Amino acid sequence: MDTTELIRQRLTALSPQGLEIFDDSHEHAGHAGARESGGGHFQVFIVSDSFEGKNKVARHRMIYQAVGDLMPAKIHALAIRAYTPGELDDINATPEAQERNSEPS
Amino acid sequence: MDTQEVIRKQVTDNPVVLYMKGTPDAPMCGFSAAAVQILEACGADNVATVNVLADNDIRQGIKEFSQWPTIPQLYVNGEFIGGADIMREMYQSGELHKLFQK
Repeated sequence: MDTTELIRQRLTALSPQGLEIFDDSHEHAGHAGARESGGGHFQVFIVSDSFEGKNKVARHRMIYQAVGDLMPAKIHALAIRAYTPGELDDINATPEAQERNSEPS
Repeated sequence: MDTQEVIRKQVTDNPVVLYMKGTPDAPMCGFSAAAVQILEACGADNVATVNVLADNDIRQGIKEFSQWPTIPQLYVNGEFIGGADIMREMYQSGELHKLFQK
């Protein structure tokens, strides 16, 4: 099973309403840290009610805890964006987002 | 002094401490490089940096100190602020600037 799937499995513990995982490993292949641990670079975009009332540090810790057994062997670096559903609505309501969403695809 | 005490002393003796891979002039990781750039953009001066690649005890110890598994890590007035993603979000929202206004 590839690491993206393993991360997805682990993060189901946070009951995400939205979850996207991006594998950026190819952009970093061969740099010192990647060689050392063998793990890849990943980005996680996650939306969950379980972040309600928690600050950013607490949210990131929840995620690190969920995927902890994959670090560092499978995960060398993890970029995290963690929101509650309500916060995401706020972000999507900004003029910049409206403009972005209305661009022809 | 054990490693946890060394770290505690570093983050209390210095108002702003960034634990990073490499140095500000020669960062060894993209996330550490981004952290340095963000602090510069905020106009944070007197930033003390600790190169964890130069000291393996600190490298392991800092992860336990804040129960945070990754580098970089930013501390302001002894308090753990976050890693590169949190620094970026706080920079974009203007929260980070406020930490350096006195």
